[in-house]
Amino acid sequence: MTRSPKATKPILERGNTHRLLRQMLRIRRFEEKCVELYSAAKIRGFLHLYIGEEAVAVGAMQALEADDAIVATYREHGHALARGVSAASIMAEIYGKVEGCSRGRGGSMHIFDAATRFYGGNAIVGGGLPLAVGLALADKMQGRNRVTACFFGEGAVAEGEFHESMNLAALWNLPVLFCCENNLYAMGTALERSESETDLCLKAAAFEIPAWPVDGMDVLAVEAAAKRAAFAVRSGAGPHFLEFRTYRFRAHSMYDPELYRTKEEVDVWKKRDPIPNFATLLKGQGLLNDEELTRMEEEVAAEIAQAVDFAEAGNWEATEDLTRFVYSEEPKR
Amino acid sequence: MSGEAKTIRTTYREAIRAALRDALQRDERVFLMGEDVGRYGGCFAVSKGLLDEFGPERIRDTPLSEAAFVGAGIGAAMGGARPIVEIMTVNFSLLALDQIVNNAATILHMSGGQFNIPLVIRMTTGAGRQLAAQHSHSLEGWYAHIPGIKVLVPATLEDARGMLWTALEDPDPVLIFEHGSLYNMEGELAVDAGPVEIHRAAVRRSGTDVSLITYGGTLGKTLQAAQEVAAEGISAEVVDLRTLRPLDTETIIGTVGKTHRAVIVDEGWRSGSISAEIMARIMENVFYELDAPVARLCSAEVPIPYPKHLEDSAIPQAAEIAAAIRQLVRKHG
Repeated sequence: MTRSPKATKPILERGNTHRLLRQMLRIRRFEEKCVELYSAAKIRGFLHLYIGEEAVAVGAMQALEADDAIVATYREHGHALARGVSAASIMAEIYGKVEGCSRGRGGSMHIFDAATRFYGGNAIVGGGLPLAVGLALADKMQGRNRVTACFFGEGAVAEGEFHESMNLAALWNLPVLFCCENNLYAMGTALERSESETDLCLKAAAFEIPAWPVDGMDVLAVEAAAKRAAFAVRSGAGPHFLEFRTYRFRAHSMYDPELYRTKEEVDVWKKRDPIPNFATLLKGQGLLNDEELTRMEEEVAAEIAQAVDFAEAGNWEATEDLTRFVYSEEPKR
Repeated sequence: MSGEAKTIRTTYREAIRAALRDALQRDERVFLMGEDVGRYGGCFAVSKGLLDEFGPERIRDTPLSEAAFVGAGIGAAMGGARPIVEIMTVNFSLLALDQIVNNAATILHMSGGQFNIPLVIRMTTGAGRQLAAQHSHSLEGWYAHIPGIKVLVPATLEDARGMLWTALEDPDPVLIFEHGSLYNMEGELAVDAGPVEIHRAAVRRSGTDVSLITYGGTLGKTLQAAQEVAAEGISAEVVDLRTLRPLDTETIIGTVGKTHRAVIVDEGWRSGSISAEIMARIMENVFYELDAPVARLCSAEVPIPYPKHLEDSAIPQAAEIAAAIRQLVRKHG
């Protein structure tokens, strides 16, 4: 994988590396639990898993401040968890309970959280990019020094909204960090089967947006690249584009028989699993021991068990409230 | 200039411009963006002069990217700004349909009430200017189908002047449809004209024999028809809907309950239209009050053609409205 020559050096420091590992583990274990719950019919609808891609959300969130904004896609459990939305409120949302972060009205694909400026879970591919441009426009016009991070898959680059939004952000020099998660497949359509130009950074270059590819299986590389890009965006250098090269280990959703890729290909990528590889690296550096890893796993398991309990104990919204939130209930200006 | 109410001679176009200027002066967060709103002065010259007064940040020319700038309006609204997005024509708004229907109309609900979208979108609608089939349609009825947005159709100088500020005060997305044939309409407007309420239809002419229910570009023709049949002893009441969503069912019931006959005049197509919805509400609520089947005049079910004689015959005209009234009243007298 290409690495930016100017990437800031990864921070191999105990506290930070443990935080990164823990966040990736939280996402992995959370979603493994979701699979179980899906089989048990506790979760219905579409469930898009991020397993394999955890390093991207975890590394990228490191570059964001509390008042920055995030726009994500329907594969966003990991982003929400890494951003600090509680596992309990996400799980309750996936259950469809009123205690969920979106009162259960959005479900797995529509995690929203005002407290962390998490602007969704957008399930229209490419549909979130214009929103990110607008959030950044409001910040710029109102003189706030904030970044809006917009996550989307490589499938979105085929949408007109991608090109329109990149152009607008560059034209108006807006503080948007475009985070493209290139997991090689838009559902079952491989990148080379959908794009005449598969070098995604060249697309950004067409808008004069600085762009570089990042090894999305390496959380330290992601963190370093995201920090460098976010620093530039925050300094007024306009939008930046990062192509995170990653891979989805699981099916597109729970309905996907995976006819479009081989088991061998999946296995090759699994050898690059960001979690065990990072744990091994840390152990080799003397930054992590087995006992610490076990304790971390136990703490994560406890948090997830608690999240499931919270969701189980949650309530179904009264059907009399069905039509609430179609319009605002009180004037909010 | 004695004690009488002071009025000025103005046009629909100037009334909207006055409303825009007023909004930009009143609230720092308000800005206008769209294609050619700045240097060009607006496709229909509505925003002419505003660039000099408010500068390019707040009178913001956009590229031809309807999806991106409408979506940016949604994002900016969520980010604390008060955008007014201008789309040249309703036909072009179809390029932004994803943003309007999938984002603007859904995010409050999907987020469980967390993110409201105080966005105003203005666009031109309607036929009558020989602009053929890609600039002349009346799709406001389509938008009125969508829960989560409000649809305003100003037909008078007072509403052109007053609806914008009320729309900006609304916490949720509001679409304003300006009929292209009205921009040059001249009349007297109170010097102190200001915000108007947007939830009630208005009785523009009082009558006892038949209710003519219409809005926007066909209000003038309908009033003309009412005038014409008055000379023949038919007393027609004219209701201007003003808002298509939410529809003021109460006023519709009230007028039909009074006159016992109704003719709906709508420049949209008949099939699956707002006129069909109005008929349905009459059937649901005042069926037993009716002395005659409800009639309607809509556009012929063709893409609007270019030649004047064909365009004229494709859309409702005053003479046809008068004929429909006569038929309804005489046949079911």
